[in-house]
Amino acid sequence: MSPLPATAETPDPASRRGQPKGADTIVCRELAKIYETRDGHNVLALASINLSIKDGEFLTVVGPSGCGKSTLLKVLGGLTEITRGEALLNGSPIVGPRRDIGVVFQSPTLLPWRTVLDNVMLPIHVLGLDRTEGEERARGLIEMVGLAGFEMKYPNELSGGMQQRVAISRALVHQPALLLMDEPFGALDALTREAMNTELQRIWMETRRTIFLITHSITEAVFLGDRVAVMTPRPGKLAEHIDVDLPRPRSLDIMTSPRFGELVTRIRGLLQTQGGLE
Amino acid sequence: MKAVEPVVTSVIPADVAAPHFTGHSPRGRFRFRPEMILIPGVAVLLIGGWEAACRLLKISDFILPAPSGIAVALYQGFMSGQFVTGLFATMSAVVLGFLASAAVAFVLGTLISQIRLVEVTLFPYVVAIQTLPKIAIAPLILIWFGVGLESKVVIAATVSFFPMLVNTIVGLKSTPQDKIDLMRSLSASRWKIFWYVQLPEALPFIFAGLNIGIVLSVLGAIVAEFVGAKAGLGYLILQMNYNMDIAGMFAALVVLGIMGIVLNSAMTFARRRIVFWQSDQYTMS
Repeated sequence: MSPLPATAETPDPASRRGQPKGADTIVCRELAKIYETRDGHNVLALASINLSIKDGEFLTVVGPSGCGKSTLLKVLGGLTEITRGEALLNGSPIVGPRRDIGVVFQSPTLLPWRTVLDNVMLPIHVLGLDRTEGEERARGLIEMVGLAGFEMKYPNELSGGMQQRVAISRALVHQPALLLMDEPFGALDALTREAMNTELQRIWMETRRTIFLITHSITEAVFLGDRVAVMTPRPGKLAEHIDVDLPRPRSLDIMTSPRFGELVTRIRGLLQTQGGLE
Repeated sequence: MKAVEPVVTSVIPADVAAPHFTGHSPRGRFRFRPEMILIPGVAVLLIGGWEAACRLLKISDFILPAPSGIAVALYQGFMSGQFVTGLFATMSAVVLGFLASAAVAFVLGTLISQIRLVEVTLFPYVVAIQTLPKIAIAPLILIWFGVGLESKVVIAATVSFFPMLVNTIVGLKSTPQDKIDLMRSLSASRWKIFWYVQLPEALPFIFAGLNIGIVLSVLGAIVAEFVGAKAGLGYLILQMNYNMDIAGMFAALVVLGIMGIVLNSAMTFARRRIVFWQSDQYTMS
């Protein structure tokens, strides 16, 4: 195999400027992931990823399909093994699934035989946590995402946006240190998606969890992120990190501001020059 | 059959979750539907036409008895007690064979779907045996188990086994990867993944298998009674055939049909209770 290409990233990510204060929740150093396909070929999915996410930071990762975004998310979630390098969560290596991570997938992945409340309670049940305390938190979260009164409904009685809000509550109920979101609004229509973006910002501002969110929408990445990591494909690597210096809370109107436009243009340019878009 | 299908609301803005929406349509409230007249209408038309044809064309009772003749035979069959004992004999063979078969299919299907080594070892045999027409071994089973309940149960179980096995395996393997990943992200053990996600996901498939299985169990029991038995509806049909009691044969078939409907309805009832989140249109009934 050819030597791994160097990234545009500085070797010590912690030394970069313009980041919020606090300890690093996530640190990845020279992380690489090689898949073996069925016919025996090796595919380099991720190449020397250097990344750090501050405690309480909202990091969005934008890139085209097949650039390895989801692989990176699976690495951080402990769902797939690392080939080289290391990934740390709060200082300890991620070697397998962990209790302090919450995941939101592109589809809500709710269990249709469980009520909204029981779906949100799933991590409490599976992890064997205290149910009384867990239910209190679950009810609080359901209320926070605007679904009070729907606790006893079943998922197929809810719209797609409502289902995804249940999924977000579920990912937060066991109070994870890190929330991983894999294109959580990709399956929603444009209007619901914008509403959900505002909603997620509010949830993040209320809970102050560290969020790692993957998207292929540049506007979504800029709207939500404290920082946008631009990812390019074949092999998947982080081309650049862009700090989003827009004030919070951001309203949807901010998308028409000149600064927002500048950032979007810059990211689109990066994706084009780095071969991210065909 | 119309499912009690929940109506999914349209898009709701994030901040204002609709407090009311159309959920299940209220049960128990009577609503007229055309099929309420059409279904019995077709029956009346068919039976009436049949009766009229038999009388007008003077068709011999040995070829095609009129519905009125069949009704008389049905009444006599129940009064003499032979349909009651026959029904009981067949029904117990069907139910016992079905339950045994379903239990073994579930356990074996679970092992095959969960343990790779079991799967690769047994799969060629499953495929090989599946292609064999199980009914062909009925005479053999009769030799081994004798003329009686045992051989009927064994044949009913053998005939109904494979669809239930295959549906259990397919169902347990049908869980979407996302849901497995969700469970894994919560550090769930294999047992918890099975119990919380795979088994419930498999239930619609398992019930579809049970529905086929119950029908095949009836088939197996009747075949067993044709091959050799001392009681049962299949035995009665064969005996009446020898005696040229064609009306009696039809009456026995009616009893058999009613038994099938009752068993199938029981399955459907159980499925709706247990797999309540699945609407009818996705499973055969």
